Amino acid sequence: MTVGDGVTAGRGDIFLAGVGGQGTLLASEVLGEAFLLSGYDVKKSEVHGMAQRGGAVTTHLRFGPKVFSPLIEPGKADLLISFEKIEGLRFAHYLRPGGTLVVNTQEIYPPSVATGREPYPADAMDRLAKVTDRFFPVDALAAALSLREVRAVNMVMVGAGSHFLPLPVEAYAEAVRRCLPERVQEVNVLAFRAGRALLKAQAGSQEEGGVRR
Amino acid sequence: MPIPADKESVRLLSGNEAVARGAFEAGVRVASAYPGTPSTEILEELVRYEGVWAEWAPNEKVAVEVAIGASMAGARALAAMKHVGVNVAADPIFTASYTGVGGGLVIVTADDPELHSSQNEQDNRHYALAAKIPMLEPSDSAETKDYTRLAFELSERFDTPFFLRTTTRIAHAKGVVRLGEPSGPPSPPVFKRDPAKWVMLPVNARRRHVVVEERTRALKEFAEIFEGNRIEWGDRSLGIVTAGVSYQYVKEAFPEASVLKLGMAYPLPERLVREFAAGVSRVVVVEELDPYLETHVRSLGIAAEGKERVPILGELDPRIVRKAVTGEAIPVRAPENLPSRPPNLCPGCPHRGLFFALKKLKVAVTGDIGCYTLAALPPLDSMDLCVCMGASIGAAHGFEKALGDEGPGKVVAVIGDSTFLHSGVTGLMNIVYNRGCGTVLLLDNGTTAMTGAQENPSTGKTLDGGATHRLDLEALCRALGVAHVYAVDPNDIAKTEELLRREVARPEPSVIITQAPCVLLPEHRKSRKARPTYEVAADLCTGCKACAKLGCPAIEWAGDVSRINPLLCDGCNQCPPLCKFNAIRAREGKP
Repeated sequence: MTVGDGVTAGRGDIFLAGVGGQGTLLASEVLGEAFLLSGYDVKKSEVHGMAQRGGAVTTHLRFGPKVFSPLIEPGKADLLISFEKIEGLRFAHYLRPGGTLVVNTQEIYPPSVATGREPYPADAMDRLAKVTDRFFPVDALAAALSLREVRAVNMVMVGAGSHFLPLPVEAYAEAVRRCLPERVQEVNVLAFRAGRALLKAQAGSQEEGGVRR
Repeated sequence: MPIPADKESVRLLSGNEAVARGAFEAGVRVASAYPGTPSTEILEELVRYEGVWAEWAPNEKVAVEVAIGASMAGARALAAMKHVGVNVAADPIFTASYTGVGGGLVIVTADDPELHSSQNEQDNRHYALAAKIPMLEPSDSAETKDYTRLAFELSERFDTPFFLRTTTRIAHAKGVVRLGEPSGPPSPPVFKRDPAKWVMLPVNARRRHVVVEERTRALKEFAEIFEGNRIEWGDRSLGIVTAGVSYQYVKEAFPEASVLKLGMAYPLPERLVREFAAGVSRVVVVEELDPYLETHVRSLGIAAEGKERVPILGELDPRIVRKAVTGEAIPVRAPENLPSRPPNLCPGCPHRGLFFALKKLKVAVTGDIGCYTLAALPPLDSMDLCVCMGASIGAAHGFEKALGDEGPGKVVAVIGDSTFLHSGVTGLMNIVYNRGCGTVLLLDNGTTAMTGAQENPSTGKTLDGGATHRLDLEALCRALGVAHVYAVDPNDIAKTEELLRREVARPEPSVIITQAPCVLLPEHRKSRKARPTYEVAADLCTGCKACAKLGCPAIEWAGDVSRINPLLCDGCNQCPPLCKFNAIRAREGKP
């Protein structure tokens, strides 16, 4: 299996999930720009305002020769990149059967957990593994902290997810240059490469670029 | 594979960025708006274009009035707002329909189906019908740019303001847009004095109403030939009438179907609708929110299906559309049972300290529109009303009067700085005028925070970041006749509580201004490195959860004791005094 029937046909649906403040919007900007630069039609949808204040945040990103809907249909996403452990579960119903699930193992407590009214689901990893055979956990927080930039968690996740996408690294690097101010470009490209390397080690190079070799 | 994007002329733009680009290409000269999700970025983008005067107005009514004046002066002008902003601006809008325009006048309404960040789910297509103002409705970013540009031209051609309606999935969705060259009127605007057109005395307005009706007839004819209203013939067994983002969902779910795509929501093309209905064996209207198109189609005697199948609540997507039309949908996984993750006030948010103190007073709290509305959620759970911008103050006064002699001391109003200047000032004037004794809490965090930190008259800066007069909130309250105006730092919870108790008990109007910057402001973020953050000494923590009652995202329950997440702690110092066991202390060294 690869990201696609999807990607081999030159199209794909990527669903990003995270918590407000984690930089999911910027991550999706970089992904969208990378596909635009590579000649695809792209649509991307997200919400701003109240939804961003620490709540669950999602972005729908679609690429192909021609994209109509800005929203991914539940059950059809080829790749779900979750920036937080249980957010990957919250939006698992968007993933298509056999789709790929890449999850940052970081735990960010929702208010009910932080205030001790209910526990953080201890079985989250087991439940994630049951969503799909193609589940890839990533410790993006550790990778970002090793670069001494906690805010780079988002680009580690983009790098990890990119392992399953049909673009060369240079497309993402160029997208970073176009989306981010110069002073943070280098650390973000490093974070991207770190994330990509983590997945390569885990998933193996036979699947790189979404193409089974 | 399509041709690789030309890096300069092909861009990935949101609908809001596309509105700004289209307005720029059309030669817009003046633009005004009050920030509101999902419309905010239109002005933030427009201000970056040369030759455009773009400004934040204190509210949407002023924004539209500014645009009307610019139009009368002969310039192309734009006002932008979220759907409920049109309610605020409805007064000038309905009569601008009568005056018509000088320079092209475009009013953008950004609706919010699904209420991602709004207090209601109103469908502003009804405004076009009610105000007799034509409305264009694009279905993606590329069309948004083209329609914005076109709206200015048509506004001048038909001597009418034009509505441009977007929804969240247009405004905040990005799509590929090919940039065009500016082609608007290059010459300076020329004001032509014409009181019979612009001064809406009854004698003039009666004549203008005749013009409005003639104009609507001409626009109906235009709607028949407008390229944005088009039939895409396909399988004739299913014909779908649709508009806006719903068109994209229809094309995704039913690529083979015949589609009538309506780019103009008002007035609607009757002959085109009849032609389409006659050419298909089944007509289904697919639209978000109200049965607006459906009502029109049915009024023509066409047996169309619509809201008995297509949800009237919330957004659509391809799956919902497919299920509505065919009754079938691909099965998806059941949602997981998980702790919910509602939005929350940020770590270190000064509003938290205020509401923590306020909750102890056990008074009714009339709230308002802003981040602080989140204090309605547990554990703060300290708001009893939220209706619209500015409503907190009028409602507090009414609540007090309703209780008669028992009223004083039973209610406080809570309102942010930007919201107060939007439409709270008149409410406070009313309390003083009508001998109320309400207590108004004015939350001054130095910005319009919920929409992403926009300037307002009390920040001392304009939309372009330039310095301007900084409105003095305290002096304004005093000028309205409030004798008791006090400032407090809400991060000091004890002091805030003391002041609240004193002023709520006072049998006169009073205003408490809480002063502490929004934690998202760049200046505050920079200062974070200089502040201590806090940690819980596990050996001193008894697990009483007193600190957890703040609902701060940085304070986490670790099973038997509290802990503070060093990545989230902002160092606001609200929590340490709440711990009776002195377990919360400044962290040594930084994470």
